[in-house]
Amino acid sequence: MATSLITYRECLKQAIREALQGDERVFLMGEDVGHYGGAFAVSKGLLQEFGPERIMDTPLSEAGFTGAGIGAALGGMRPIVEIMTINFSLLALDQIANNAATLLHMSGGQLNVPLVIRMSAGIGRQLAAQHSHSWEPLFAHLPGLRVLSVGTHEDARYMLAPALLDPDPVIIFEYTSMLNLEQELQPVEGGVDISKAKIRREGKDISIITYGTGVYKALEAAAELAAAGIEAEVVDLRVLRPLDDETILASVTKTSRAIIVEDASRSVSVSSEVSARITENCFYDLDAPVQRLCGAEVPIPYPKHLEDAAVPQPAQIVSAIKKLLQHA
Amino acid sequence: MAKKGTKTKTTAPLAPELAQKLLYQMLLIRRFEEKAAEMYTKTKIRGFLHLYIGEEAVAVGVMQALRPQDNVLGTYREHGHALVRGLEPNVIMAEMYGRQEGYCRGRGGSMHLFDAKRKFFGGNAIVAGHLALAVGLALADKKMQRNQLTCCFFGEGAMAEGAFHEAMNLAALWQVPVLFVCENNLYAMGTALRYTHAQTDLTLKGAAYGITAAAVDGMDLQAVMEAANTAAATVRKTGKPYFLVCNTYRFRAHSMFDAELYRDKAEVEEWKQRDPIPAFSNTLLQQQLLAEADLQALEARVNEEVQQAIDFAESCSWEPVEEMSRFTYSEKKT
Repeated sequence: MATSLITYRECLKQAIREALQGDERVFLMGEDVGHYGGAFAVSKGLLQEFGPERIMDTPLSEAGFTGAGIGAALGGMRPIVEIMTINFSLLALDQIANNAATLLHMSGGQLNVPLVIRMSAGIGRQLAAQHSHSWEPLFAHLPGLRVLSVGTHEDARYMLAPALLDPDPVIIFEYTSMLNLEQELQPVEGGVDISKAKIRREGKDISIITYGTGVYKALEAAAELAAAGIEAEVVDLRVLRPLDDETILASVTKTSRAIIVEDASRSVSVSSEVSARITENCFYDLDAPVQRLCGAEVPIPYPKHLEDAAVPQPAQIVSAIKKLLQHA
Repeated sequence: MAKKGTKTKTTAPLAPELAQKLLYQMLLIRRFEEKAAEMYTKTKIRGFLHLYIGEEAVAVGVMQALRPQDNVLGTYREHGHALVRGLEPNVIMAEMYGRQEGYCRGRGGSMHLFDAKRKFFGGNAIVAGHLALAVGLALADKKMQRNQLTCCFFGEGAMAEGAFHEAMNLAALWQVPVLFVCENNLYAMGTALRYTHAQTDLTLKGAAYGITAAAVDGMDLQAVMEAANTAAATVRKTGKPYFLVCNTYRFRAHSMFDAELYRDKAEVEEWKQRDPIPAFSNTLLQQQLLAEADLQALEARVNEEVQQAIDFAESCSWEPVEEMSRFTYSEKKT
C-alpha cells in the first residue's frame, strides 16, 4: 500500500501549527504571514485558525520586527520570526548579529534569546541577482547562533519543534524551490536532533557532503552512480553552526573521499570550512583531495540557462565523482 | 501635541527624604564618573568610556517614575542609568575594570552593563539597535497581560537611524507600553543636531507616528520628574507608547578619545552654568529641605561609596581564559 505523499510546504505548515497548538508563548510574525496567507502560502489559513495575536502581520521593517522578536523572547515569549526571504535578511542582520547572537555571552550568561527566525532561501525561480542569494555561510559565520538548513521533508516537518525548545537563537533556512515537491514522510518518534548531521544514504566509495537543496540533488546523483557501481554516501549537514564534525569526519574516514556540494559561491563558504576540517582532522585517511562543487562567483543572472549553470546540478555531481574515482 | 520644554516655573517642594535621595543619585553619578575618568587615565579602565556628566537630571528624573518590574534599556552612556536603577556601584566598577565579579563577568565593560534581576537590559552600543528590543519587551508584556512598561533611553543621534523609525511605527501600530526617552545632548558624537536632522523639533518625529510627544528642560530635575511622571502614568493608563525629549548637554567629551574640536569652550561653559546638581541643591537649600551640613554629609557618603567601588574593583579577579567560550550558547538546554 502506498504511503501518502506530502509537500514540503505542508510539512512546514504542520510544524508551525503544532508549535502554536503546543505552547501559548509561541507566535508567528512577519511580512504577509496573516491576511495574505504567507508569501509562499506556508502560513495560509493560520490567521483564521489562531487569530491575529498569534499570527501577526508586520510592516516591511525587517530590523524592527526581528528586534522586536528578540525583545519578546527576552520578555518570556517564544516568537517565530519569518523573514520573507534570505534576500531581505541583511536588513535585519544588525539585530541578529549584534543582539541575538551576542546578548548571552556579553551579559555574562544572564540573558538568553529563545528566538526562531525562519527564512526562505535558494535560487531556481529566475528572480535575478537581488532575489537569489545563498547567504547561509554568512549566518554560519556568527558565534551564538544555531543555523539550520532544511534539506528534506523530514526536517521541514520536525526541525521547528526542537528549535523552539532551544534556549538560544536559531536560524532556519527553508527552500522555496522545494515547496511543491511531494515526498513520503515517515513519522519521527521523539523528533529530530538539531545538533547532528545525518547520513541520508549510506555508501562506501565517497561522501557527498551537502545541505539545503543539495540534499535531494545528491541523492539523485547517488542513485545514478549506484547504477554505475559507485556507492556514494550522502551526508546532509543540516546544522551549519555549530558543525557536527563527528558525523562528517566519520563518513570521510569510512569512504576516504569527499565532495562538498552547495549553492553558495565558493569563496569563504560552508564548503570551505568543511573542507578545512576534513583536511585538518583526517588528511591521512584521504585517497584523493577534497573536491567542491559550489555556486559560481557571480551575482545570479535571470535567464534560466545561466541560472542553472550558476549552481551545481546532479549531472555535475555525477561526473565530478566519476572523474574522481576514474570511472569517467 | 508637542510641547516645548523651555519654560521655567516654580514647582512644589519635594518631600525632604525624596529630595535628598534624588540629589544623592545625581551626585553619585557625577563622582562615580569623575573617578572612572581618573581610573581611565591610569589605564585601569580601557576601551570606550562615555561619560554622562551634565545629563544626570534626565536619568534621575525619569527613573524615579519607574517601578521595579518595568524594563529599562540604555545606550553605551549608561553608567548613570545603571546606578539609579539600583545596580551596585562596586559591581558596576568591577565590570568597567573588566573583572569577573562585574555584572557581565567583565565581558561587557563600560558600554554593556546588564542586570537581569533589576530588568536592566543594557548597555547597548549600536545606536538605535535597542529600540526594537524595547518594543519587543513591551509586546511580551502586553501579550502576557503584565501591567508594566518598558523605558528606553537613546540619544538624538539615534533618531536619524532607520531603526528608530521602525521601532516608533511598530510601537504605535501594536500599541505597546514603551516610554521612549530621547536624551538630546545636541551632538551625535561630534556632529551637531543642525547638521544631522532636517527637522530639529524632535517631538514632531514622535507625533508623526501618532505617539504623544513632549519636550522638557533636561537640566531641570523637577521639570524632568514632572514630565516623566506624566509620561509614565499615561503609558500605564493607555498601554500606548509615549515620546519624551529631554533637552540636555554633555559636559565632557563624547568618549575619552574625543578632542572636542566641534564645539566652543564658551558653549560648554554656558551650559555648565545650568549644571543640574548645584541648581537642584541650591533649590533645596533655599527651600530649607537641606542644610549645608547635610550637603557635606551627602558628598562624604558618595565619595566613600565611590572609593569603595574602586577598592572593590581593584580587589577583583580576571575571568580565566579557559572560560572565555562559556555562554556563547546556554549551558542549560531548554
